[in-house]
Amino acid sequence: MANKMHVKLTLNGQQVEGLAEPRTLLIHFLRENLNVTGPHIGCETSHCGACTVDMNGKSVKSCTVFVAQANGAEVTTVEGLVNPDGSLGVIQEMFREHHGLQCGFCTPGMITRAHRLLQENPRPTEEEVRFGMAGNLCRCTGYQNIVKAILASADMLNAQKEAAE
Amino acid sequence: MIPAGFDYHRPADLASALSILQTHGDEARVIAGGHSLIPMMKLRMAEIAHLVDLQDITDLKGITVGDAEVVIGAMTTQAELIGHDGLAARLPLLREAALQIADPQVRNMGTVGGNVANGDPGNDMPGLMQCLDASYEVVGPDGARMIPAREFYEAAYFTARGDDEILTRIVIPVPAAGTGYAYVKQKRKIGDYATAAAAVLVGKGGASVAMTNLADTPVWSEEASAALAAGDIEGAVAAMLDAIDPQEDMKGPVAFKKHVAAVILRRAIAQAQARAA
Ligand SMILES: Cc1cc2nc3c(=O)[nH]c(=O)nc-3n(C[C@H](O)[C@H](O)[C@H](O)COP(=O)(O)OP(=O)(O)OC[C@H]3O[C@@H](n4cnc5c(N)ncnc54)[C@H](O)[C@@H]3O)c2cc1C
Ligand code: FES
Ligand code: FES
Repeated sequence: MANKMHVKLTLNGQQVEGLAEPRTLLIHFLRENLNVTGPHIGCETSHCGACTVDMNGKSVKSCTVFVAQANGAEVTTVEGLVNPDGSLGVIQEMFREHHGLQCGFCTPGMITRAHRLLQENPRPTEEEVRFGMAGNLCRCTGYQNIVKAILASADMLNAQKEAAE
Repeated sequence: MIPAGFDYHRPADLASALSILQTHGDEARVIAGGHSLIPMMKLRMAEIAHLVDLQDITDLKGITVGDAEVVIGAMTTQAELIGHDGLAARLPLLREAALQIADPQVRNMGTVGGNVANGDPGNDMPGLMQCLDASYEVVGPDGARMIPAREFYEAAYFTARGDDEILTRIVIPVPAAGTGYAYVKQKRKIGDYATAAAAVLVGKGGASVAMTNLADTPVWSEEASAALAAGDIEGAVAAMLDAIDPQEDMKGPVAFKKHVAAVILRRAIAQAQARAA
């Protein structure tokens, strides 16, 4: 019982692997085995969303996924949302520009969730942003600037897409 | 918040999953989305030697929308249920209720089967399924059987499903055309379980009323349903208040819960009646 298993993930586009007990939570595997410390641990009880990652194209709270369940999955963290040259991606840049963070603790989860929200709904209303971000808590900003940053990201991403077409 | 260790199994089909359950008896438990089970395991309120992950069993997935009935595979996530437009057109009550469960991340993992199988009185889908008169198919070593949702819940975390059975799908009869519906839930914040929630169907000569988190099981009331079918709203509320058995907890004292239950039920009835054709 509790033997370690061989875990493989596609993490931010790279093949990674490690040994872990099945009971290891995905967030602990990312942070402690793989040294990917973007996703944070806020509550560890599935409430705050600081640990949000993208798993097989869906936002999930990685404190409530066993690494065994995630074995073989494609996982994206906030580290994977930078531009290829290493500069900030659009959503990251908009959070900076619109002061979508203060202490920054919730930010990796916010940005990773916002990334998926804008894939699912590229032109959200303010209300849809608030509803879609309801699984992420922030104790600093009062949310106003987070919502602004996400709406600005949507505009920017849509403009980029139109320019490319 | 580290759960106790376990052996992990990820069978590819239902037969293998059932045989693992048979081999290990009550030492084994299935995991669907894990969003009720993992929190319990972290608190060490559930210790499981063998965890059987159902995620690879494709037979347990999918939604079929027929004219007379709708069939939902147990491993369909709450997000998939919400995203299915054909289902929302045929049975809008399901989407309305599912959108009030937890938050987007939780709904991406949490399954319909896990929600109804769990047996937590706080879960929203059991009351909803009782209102709709759904049945659950469970499959065990002796084959498949159907259990009506109204007979499934025995006490908190005790259901009519045997330890060696897996819930495979949920069959819901489609209400008659023109039936009004509503799911109304009072919660303290997003991601919270209901202080009180009501599922209501009302149409020509028929009605069905169930409530959530006001007893150690969901409460479908035949008397309340009959009163509402006869157009007697106050009779329906009185019958429901008689049927529930709320306990004091951090959501409030008993008198408050009964008050909220009546308010929520009246709102749900008004909304369902307004939607009835
Ligand atoms: C922050 C948070 C807020 C939440 N808020 C709500 C809410 O407001 N309303 C609500 O209804 N729920 C809520 N939930 C619970 C959530 O909806 C769960 O996902 C759901 O209750 C269980 O589904 P699951 O797929 O995650 O099941 P799991 O956690 O995997 O399983 C739950 C139980 O059911 C058993 N089980 C699962 N599938 C089967 C099957 N096919 N056959 C037999 N047994 C099975 C498991 O063995 C286990 O005992 C919340 C959860 C969290 C973390
Ligand atoms: S750390 Fe996962 S939800 Fe808070
Ligand atoms: S910026 Fe501090 S918690 Fe959100």
